[in-house]
Amino acid sequence: MKIAVCVKQVPEGSSRIDPETKRLDRSGEGALNPFDANAVEEALQLRDTSGESEVVLVTMGPAKAQDALRKALAMGADRAVLVADEGAAGADLVATSYALAQALERERADLILFGQQAGDSDGAVLWAAVADRLRLPVVSQAAEITHGDGKVTVKRQTEFGYDVIEAELPAVVAVSDAINEPRYPSLKGIMGAKSKPQETLSLDDLGVAADRAGERGSRTEVYALGDPPARGDSTKIDDDGNAAQAILDFLAERRLV
Amino acid sequence: MTKPADVPPPFRTANYIAPPSDPADERIEVGVLVVGAGPAGLACAIRLGQLLEDAPEIRERLGEVPVAVLDKGKQAGSHLLSGAVVNPRALRRLFKGRKRIDEMPFYGPVEHESVYFLTGGSAFRIPTPPTMKNDGNYVASLSRLGRWLAEQAEAGGAMILPETAAVKLLVADGRTRGVRTGDKGRGRDGEPLGNFEPGADVVARVTVLAEGTQGHLTGVALEHFALAGENPQVWALGVKEVWKVARPLDRVIHTMGWPLRAAAKYREFGGSFIYPMGNDMLTIGMVVGLDYRDVELSVHDLLQELKTHPFVRKLLEGGERIEWGAKTIPEGGFLALPRRLHAPGLLICGDGAGLVNVPALKGIHYAIESGSLAGEAAFAALQRGQTPWTPGALSAYDEALAQSFVWKDLQEVRNMRPAFGRGFWVGGALAGMMTATKGRFPPGNMRTERDADIEPIRAGRARAYPAADGKLTFDKLSSVFASGNKTRDDEPSHILVRREVPKDIAELWTHMCPAHVYEPTDSGVDVTPSNCVQCGAITAKGGRLTPPEGGSGPEYTQT
Amino acid sequence: MSTLVFLEHHGDELLKGSLGVLAKATALGDGEVAGVVLGSNVRELAASAGNFGAAKVYVADHPQLEAPLPQPRVDVLARLVEDGGIDTVLFANSVLAADVAAGLAARLDAGLNWDLVDLTWEGAKLVGKRPALQDSVYVEVGWTSEPRLALFRSGSFDPSATDGSAELEDLQVALEDFSTAARMVDQAHEESEGPSIEDAPVIVAGGRGLGGPENFVLVEQLAKALGGAVGATRAVVDAGWYPYATQVGQTGKTVSPKLYIACGISGAIQHKVGMQSSGTIVAINKDANAPIFEFADLGVVGDVHEVVPKLTELVKQRKGE
Repeated sequence: MKIAVCVKQVPEGSSRIDPETKRLDRSGEGALNPFDANAVEEALQLRDTSGESEVVLVTMGPAKAQDALRKALAMGADRAVLVADEGAAGADLVATSYALAQALERERADLILFGQQAGDSDGAVLWAAVADRLRLPVVSQAAEITHGDGKVTVKRQTEFGYDVIEAELPAVVAVSDAINEPRYPSLKGIMGAKSKPQETLSLDDLGVAADRAGERGSRTEVYALGDPPARGDSTKIDDDGNAAQAILDFLAERRLV
Repeated sequence: MTKPADVPPPFRTANYIAPPSDPADERIEVGVLVVGAGPAGLACAIRLGQLLEDAPEIRERLGEVPVAVLDKGKQAGSHLLSGAVVNPRALRRLFKGRKRIDEMPFYGPVEHESVYFLTGGSAFRIPTPPTMKNDGNYVASLSRLGRWLAEQAEAGGAMILPETAAVKLLVADGRTRGVRTGDKGRGRDGEPLGNFEPGADVVARVTVLAEGTQGHLTGVALEHFALAGENPQVWALGVKEVWKVARPLDRVIHTMGWPLRAAAKYREFGGSFIYPMGNDMLTIGMVVGLDYRDVELSVHDLLQELKTHPFVRKLLEGGERIEWGAKTIPEGGFLALPRRLHAPGLLICGDGAGLVNVPALKGIHYAIESGSLAGEAAFAALQRGQTPWTPGALSAYDEALAQSFVWKDLQEVRNMRPAFGRGFWVGGALAGMMTATKGRFPPGNMRTERDADIEPIRAGRARAYPAADGKLTFDKLSSVFASGNKTRDDEPSHILVRREVPKDIAELWTHMCPAHVYEPTDSGVDVTPSNCVQCGAITAKGGRLTPPEGGSGPEYTQT
Repeated sequence: MSTLVFLEHHGDELLKGSLGVLAKATALGDGEVAGVVLGSNVRELAASAGNFGAAKVYVADHPQLEAPLPQPRVDVLARLVEDGGIDTVLFANSVLAADVAAGLAARLDAGLNWDLVDLTWEGAKLVGKRPALQDSVYVEVGWTSEPRLALFRSGSFDPSATDGSAELEDLQVALEDFSTAARMVDQAHEESEGPSIEDAPVIVAGGRGLGGPENFVLVEQLAKALGGAVGATRAVVDAGWYPYATQVGQTGKTVSPKLYIACGISGAIQHKVGMQSSGTIVAINKDANAPIFEFADLGVVGDVHEVVPKLTELVKQRKGE
């Protein structure tokens, strides 16, 4: 079984938005998106229980995105594919999902895993867009995955409890951070990561035309940055025996109770 | 009052020395193992890379990983903190013909500098003491410089392995074989968690300890191989912040005097620094010797107090704090150096060895020079026909150090710090005479006293600490946050300290620790190890810091 | 402007979040606002949207839409948007809605902005507002083409009841092969312990000011009365008073419930970053200088052991009414 894991590099330490480009400042050191570590771990566990399997990492980003790949390779993934092209900068969901789908199309994986979300405001949307382009079933918020008989059975967590969903392979599954505890890479793993096969592709290699990539290929834009609205006036009172009533009134006024 | 030395920690050197225990084919073999990706360790790795470039046969013999550098921080630079004004001498030598100073990540040469003596309300400019002149030096963030040095080391073929703590020194037959790395994934009581990953034996022909101040294995090695000198090492604690500022600072500033008390009985030795970092940032820090006496002394709070001085406040107006950190500095100088910095298969460099020039506030270029010399000595001992573990094989390192500017500088100023044990005014006068005579007066050597042997007193220091306002002054917890510390809460405690201690000691630790790790309880002290930024102060004052799980602790970027 | 609002349901109720977005859509004025309900046996449900501002509701009623799976919905909506000339599609965030919105964005190559908390007209441009970087900045975003897709943060708007009624229009349902390759085996198994802390609309959290683990029962009782979950600070979890799964903060969970009541919590930044984007924050602490009072909407300087039980009583009484 071939398992592809889509991973992302996010800036280490506190993030900031570059006020000039209005995009996330990715100039700092990069790290593997912590939520993607859950996806990598799940892939490794599935691989280790199915014999004859391969875990390949796929990421899009600047050449430095290699750092994120390195950690995932150190955990035990077999190889990595990096789509690095300046033309991809500033890509929104439409452009990103398109390019990523082309890269995944090449791999023809049986199972494609995503992590819950990126820590740097990327939202819980990428996998469904990619699945649509690949014309594959998608299941998200997976808290458990079992595999057998050409399909996966997923326990999906929603606001209402959990569902059990079966999907035929090939399929796309996005895992929640409740699914597992990612392993620490062993020192041997870290040292061996560098010699694992890593391929770098350009948009050209994927057949992605310039007008479908980066800002040109995007359908949304960022206008401005601002301060969040002030929380509003803050009231502070001393308890003279009536504080509980005051709180209740406050909550009732706001229809919170 | 009880002294910290009266309540020693439950620490045994023997627990951290062991022969390799992994089966031979599971041990990780490298050529030269460097512990610590700081300026000393990286200089060693860089120098080795240069030498191995022209010696392919030796390189071949060192195996798949000729040079490996371990670091317990998240990445190179995460645990590096200093002022800093760097003397480029050692960097010039290390990168001769390869990199120019203007290619290094400095914030510019020092153009102007001033020294001030502060009182509660005023700042008096005083002539810059000759030992502190910074012509030809450069302002740097050590964390940032560390990241750059790591890139150079990797370009030269070294493998940098962050998030890896070296917890035991592997010694067999009197010879250092390497280190054992720390386990990951243990719970609060040491129990293995679901993702438990045991450490590994990393063996090498030469092990270089470049762990910085209060280096864990350095301390273990100095004790085990009986390398310590006659005088005990002493430390200062530095706490600093990085600020975004509205107006550029045009000079390097040092201050003395307020808020430290000058009378000899307080033993408050230190001062502050304020360095410009480009046009829109500056760094401000407070450094105080850990031989202070007042139970309530808190360097973090003294820094907050310092910022309320009208002279300092003006510099920070309209600005915003963006980072905070703390670290100890070895202050014993020449007198406290170990009597030997090598043992079979082992070399010790940098701050771990105590190579700091206190009056000049310089240690980085000594770290780099010693690392570079260590690389050269290791290389020489790896030539065909040599074995690095025969006694004396690495003595070339000590010899080279003794011939270098490192030794010469340190020797000249050897008595200055102990002089200040006599108080600011007497100390100042003595220091002046020492400078004028280039260290010939006073003849002989003064002595240092262990920080833990200092008997505390109660002298009401805390009264003057400002309340945190969240804009100019900050409490410890929000400062720990600003260090980038996100240590896992359920890690086992890495701090060895007695829990049942007298109230005075509990209070001493509570104020001393810049990261609010300690809190007094009815019976002694409570410890919150996840706050720890690994500054090392506790080791000087009755406890013992050991490395936590690799990757824990602060994530400094601009300190 | 022709707006479509995705109306999600659970059981036989339209979700409050969807109805809130519907209210927003009608308030935006300008053009037609229609809702769409997809499921099995949902015509009545669809009609009820008329009571919340929808003049028209499209209904896709089909057994293959019974299970709350996203891809069949994308098929139906894609066709509707194209055939119906719709230029704006709005969603209230949920596990299902996020997958539908994103799938639809890919299908139509349409711009999707998510995590929005507001949407306004600025001249001829539709501008969305969303928080970023742990709610420390706000970003204004827009679309460069139509149709425009928007996914709103849950609870951004309140529904507004009207006397209106909706005209229903039935939709044809034609599904792609791959859309039926996932099937629901077992649906919405309730977890027994009440709302998980991440999903709870109300969280009552306890800190060191409670004094001891035995006092956590006060927090539990208030949480129960309000239908919420219990949270804890790092300090009390470290001390073993409450389990790590309930820890809110930098090294625990990040939550943003509509209401967060902090009992005996000082508000150190390590805790603040885990809950600062809660809708309303009420804090009770006997230390008037506790940092939490700087960002609580209502701060009570008082003894939690007195205030909390009294509040629990009052809440129970009010709910009993």
